[in-house]
Amino acid sequence: MEHKLPALPYELGALEPYISKKTLEFHYGKHHQAYITNLNNLIKGTAFEDASLEDIVKHSEGGIFNNGAQVYNHTFYFEAFKPNASAEPNGKLKAAIEASFGSFDNFKAEFSKAGATLFGSGWVWLVVDTAGKLAILKTKNAGNPLRDGFIPILTMDVWEHAYYLDTQNARPKYIENFWNIINWELVEKRFEE
Amino acid sequence: MAFELPKLAYAYDALEPHIDARTMEIHHSKHHAGYTNNLNAAIAGTDLEGKSIEEILANISQHSVAVRNNGGGFYNHDLFWKVMSPNGGGKPSGDLLTAIEKDFGSFDAFKEEFSKAAATRFGSGWAWLVKQADGKLVVTSTANQDNPLMDIADVKGTPILGLDVWEHAYYLKFQNRRPDYISVFWEVINWEEVVKRFQD
Repeated sequence: MEHKLPALPYELGALEPYISKKTLEFHYGKHHQAYITNLNNLIKGTAFEDASLEDIVKHSEGGIFNNGAQVYNHTFYFEAFKPNASAEPNGKLKAAIEASFGSFDNFKAEFSKAGATLFGSGWVWLVVDTAGKLAILKTKNAGNPLRDGFIPILTMDVWEHAYYLDTQNARPKYIENFWNIINWELVEKRFEE
Repeated sequence: MAFELPKLAYAYDALEPHIDARTMEIHHSKHHAGYTNNLNAAIAGTDLEGKSIEEILANISQHSVAVRNNGGGFYNHDLFWKVMSPNGGGKPSGDLLTAIEKDFGSFDAFKEEFSKAAATRFGSGWAWLVKQADGKLVVTSTANQDNPLMDIADVKGTPILGLDVWEHAYYLKFQNRRPDYISVFWEVINWEEVVKRFQD
């Protein structure tokens, strides 16, 4: 099965001023595309050639894992943005965030701190654990919570390529911007599924 | 005595057009300064105060993650600035060239192996030319700010050449094209400094 670069649900410039068009041109157009190209090349003639992306993320190792998980992670990241986004989630997700973290602001502070303190390249995740509770996880490089039995519902890329053209060494500034473009309706849908 | 951000032996724009001034300035004055400050904060009031960075790194398994990350970042960047020069490039001479030819077959074979280590390090990290305890030269790479002086390193020894492949080292100029950044590095290597580290 050939993996393909999914279309973005918004224009490349639509997330400005929070994420620049130039960043998305590289991040989506080059990095995400390269992971897809590499994955397609690596799985040829292997047991993963016809596997779903989720199975690749859960069960592969080495280069297939690195590229497969980066495909999954970037798709998951990019599709959960939208321009003119609401500031907070609603409904069941809001209630679950308050139950797990005390308040939305506490969750935001904890998630932001996880992003700021992840050393090197990686991802921060809001996940649902096996008991149905929400938790914040950090994974390094291509790491993905599906491997440990968690269901991810929101992620933030903290590889430097996600923000270096826009905010350089100031990762906290990128993290602050992130909160303005989250498609909470999609995150709610992921949570309720 | 606190660690101090080392001054560069050349101006921020001196490595142009290979490495741009803006990258150099942010890399040195923000990233390297950050590691230096965080290292000082991590060792303040501990028995590591007053120890050399090499001594700290040699027993890194006994220290905190903050000392590992920032101590590595402090040392690695210092080495990185010193092994580059506006008058760099070319090949090493003398004993080092002989040793490279002996251990890698040829200078070009070494260059290829080092470039490959840098290109294939997934995520953030460094590529190294290392002199092992028995004098043999090897190429390796480490994740994040780890280095071959650390007791936790897979390949241990004295790093004599290092290349930063964190995205912050090249993203403003090369974006996703890490291989292009790796190829310009060869134009700025200060082989005199590498030879000195090899002979020490």
